[in-house]
Amino acid sequence: MSKMISYEKKDTPIHKLSGFTKLVFFLLWCFCSALTFDTRILIVMLLLGAVIYAISGTKLKQVSSVFYAVMFFMVINLTCIFFFAPYQGCDIYGTRHDICHLFGNYFLTREQLFYEFNVFIKYFTVIPSVFIFLVTTDPSELASSMNMVGIPYTVSYAVEIALRYIPDIQDEFHRIRNAQEARGIEMSSKGKLIDRIKNTSAIIFPLLFSTMERIDVVSNAMELRGFGKHPKRTWYSKRDLTFADYAVIVFIIVFFVTNMIITFHDGNRFYNPFV
Amino acid sequence: MNKKFGIKEVVAMGIGTALFVVLTNVQIPLVFIPNTALQPRMAILAFFSAIFGPIVGGVVGFLGHALGDALFYGSVWWSWVFPEAVVGVCIGLFVKKYGVEEGSFANTKTIVFFNVVQAVANAVAWIIVAPVLDIIVYKEPANKVFVQGAFAFLGDIIIIGILGTLLLAAYSKIAGKSSNLKAED
Repeated sequence: MSKMISYEKKDTPIHKLSGFTKLVFFLLWCFCSALTFDTRILIVMLLLGAVIYAISGTKLKQVSSVFYAVMFFMVINLTCIFFFAPYQGCDIYGTRHDICHLFGNYFLTREQLFYEFNVFIKYFTVIPSVFIFLVTTDPSELASSMNMVGIPYTVSYAVEIALRYIPDIQDEFHRIRNAQEARGIEMSSKGKLIDRIKNTSAIIFPLLFSTMERIDVVSNAMELRGFGKHPKRTWYSKRDLTFADYAVIVFIIVFFVTNMIITFHDGNRFYNPFV
Repeated sequence: MNKKFGIKEVVAMGIGTALFVVLTNVQIPLVFIPNTALQPRMAILAFFSAIFGPIVGGVVGFLGHALGDALFYGSVWWSWVFPEAVVGVCIGLFVKKYGVEEGSFANTKTIVFFNVVQAVANAVAWIIVAPVLDIIVYKEPANKVFVQGAFAFLGDIIIIGILGTLLLAAYSKIAGKSSNLKAED
């Protein structure tokens, strides 16, 4: 199983921000990236992402394996886009400049290359925000920040529980898999499809049933401690907002609004260099 | 907060999400279409929706997918996160009809009903919601996203149909037994 991205305690300006600020930043950043297709904005976001990345002191080793996986995925995805719709770019930008003829009906056009480049960087603008959010936010602070954004505390608490139990369930998963392998159940990719479903269920059955028991145990424990009695609750790990937090929040809101104005002022999400 | 939404549901959301995230990496590749494989985690999603209802199902799908993507791939493909929640909510809507906890799931009629519901839920999610969001957000070519959606749809109904049904039937048998006790007169 590949390594997961996890929180790391460090002393950087980004770690010092409250989880609330980072969550607001993260959400607006994702919205911004989803809504715009303006190449200039995407490039600015990419550069800004790189700067934040540098400030957060994340080491390349932490992220490289994930980075390669994403690259691989993007290459397949972009190739697929090309084979399914070689003229998507021409449709979007309304012009056609051929570069060369590939084969059959497929011509390589500048518009298509530009469009795929946009999809590519659009995807990459989201990565740093996710990464930095996960690496610099203390999981126990996350629930309190979600609650501050307006998400009901029961749901915030569910997220907290999820993060808390991922490592436990992962351990259990490995234990069950090792036990099943010791009994001679084939887990590699050799078997037939139906066999593989069967073998996977040999892990999932015990895993799921032990999880159901765990749910009982945990919910009983929480009930004994009176969880959910009051409509509101306080948080042990809540951090008050400082000046830096307000500055970042104002910045991201201004950034978001400006980008939306630039993107939509001409009624079209695309920046068109071909006209 | 109504009475039906108790502590057990909160915990089920959390631990269900954790289980979903852990199983993100357990995939049975189907065909060479990016991001599409038989995902046993879908069976888990169906299981939790069918037992704990639409809210838990929706949250497990949404959070599980978003967290799983974020933790393993460092990035979130939002247009495929929402359909996951749609599947969870749709299957969960008929929670009373399945009667899993009462031990009445393991008969042909309920199983057929469950599978019809899951097929419709998956159709809505992967043939309508996911491709439309892909087109709106990423402006991807329509034929590509519909082919991808169709494969996701097939993969998910296969895995929920086989694994999800088996899990629910097995759990229903166990859960049903403990409720056979009757109060003495």
